[in-house]
Amino acid sequence: MIYEGKQKIWSDYQKDIPDDHYFYVRSCIRQSFFPASEATFLDITRNRLGKDIFETEHHTTCGGIAYHSDTIPQETVMTIIARQFALMAKNGYENYVCSCITSFGLYCETMETWREFPELEAKIRENLWKSCKLEFAKPKFLIHASDLIYKYRNQIAAQAVRKLVNVHTGEPLRVVEHIGCHYSKMFPSKGVGGAEYPYVLVGMIEAWGGEIVDYPERRHCCGFGFRQYFIKGNRGYSLSNTHKKFESMEPFKPDLIITNCPGCPYFLDRWQYVIAESTGKTYGQDGHGIPALTYEEVAGLVMGYDPWDLGLQTHQVSVEPLLDKMGVEYDPAKKYLGKNGKDLGAPAPCACLK
Amino acid sequence: MVDFGFTLVPSSRINLDLFDKEKYEELVSMEPDVRICMACGSCTAVCTAGKFVHTSLREAMEDIFNAKTDNALESLRACQLCGKCAMVCPRGINTRHLIMSITKVYSKK
Repeated sequence: MIYEGKQKIWSDYQKDIPDDHYFYVRSCIRQSFFPASEATFLDITRNRLGKDIFETEHHTTCGGIAYHSDTIPQETVMTIIARQFALMAKNGYENYVCSCITSFGLYCETMETWREFPELEAKIRENLWKSCKLEFAKPKFLIHASDLIYKYRNQIAAQAVRKLVNVHTGEPLRVVEHIGCHYSKMFPSKGVGGAEYPYVLVGMIEAWGGEIVDYPERRHCCGFGFRQYFIKGNRGYSLSNTHKKFESMEPFKPDLIITNCPGCPYFLDRWQYVIAESTGKTYGQDGHGIPALTYEEVAGLVMGYDPWDLGLQTHQVSVEPLLDKMGVEYDPAKKYLGKNGKDLGAPAPCACLK
Repeated sequence: MVDFGFTLVPSSRINLDLFDKEKYEELVSMEPDVRICMACGSCTAVCTAGKFVHTSLREAMEDIFNAKTDNALESLRACQLCGKCAMVCPRGINTRHLIMSITKVYSKK
């Protein structure tokens, strides 16, 4: 094997990620699914690593959910996106980082469409001016937030107070990584490692001391798939997708699932409850499930954030077995206390899933 | 156990390697119009029997292409050959004859 040749091939699978100065846009659904993830991202990048990440309250949804549900025309979505980009330029930035994989895929699709159909770009430019009186602009670099955490993974590891290691056995935690389909399956060159070897989450896990689990259905969809889920009649297909993944990963006894998409952690988490309550099957140890966390939550854990400040109590699958393995100290009595100690109320207990 | 109103669905994996080309060619020689069916489903929409029991020519056609011929025969089992579907086919296929040909070709083991 010629090592230099392999390095050259691998370099083709990389993407340029600037080190600093980003315009940040949030995700619609992540803020309700995993409310502390984006705050943790901003705290880590701004306060722990000293980066310039700007966000404005004037940005809106990207329109992705409506677009993928066929309820909004493409030109409308493109005008919404053009407005987001215009806000970036107006605030003096040229690097655009988004929190959501659906948005990331849609931004890539839109930029590619504009490149291929300049007349459509001209029309959107006109729409933007007519509707918002904003100057059209395109980002120089379009980055997903997980790309940035990947970029900073070694800096995060340097500040880590613990590793992804089982403190009782000294063994690395077995981690399943799950990439959102819209991250690199649509535009492989836009993701670290492309569609064949997505490395964005693997890089984080390796840097933070964990061990990656390779299992047959590793690249299978999580089961979200928009219309599979939104229409109740199709929801069985969504559930079956997730079930297929869990059946495939179960023999490898993973300790944790890490994801970089809004939908994936939600479905990999919530469907474990549905599978358990409708079939009695659980996939973790002793009747527990396998915790499915966002990459910000995992970064927060290794950097020593309080698990309840990271919002881990909003997960359906209990995270306590994972916290015990990692040696994270936590107060069970504070699990369902919000800011200022307000009691949020504990959810009703599950019959099958601990 | 909790009833969520939806549940796990069995695998619907399609193995196109099982597609029997010889039998399909036999069907085509008997019924050349099989190639012009565009699976619009008009036949299924007007099916008299379909209102009461599961029967669908559109599904049967799809099953044949997906190498699920047993399902295709099952979809046509309740057909009474009334011919209503032939009256609405936008491609003018003699669907009644097609149904008989499918049954004849694929019933042979």
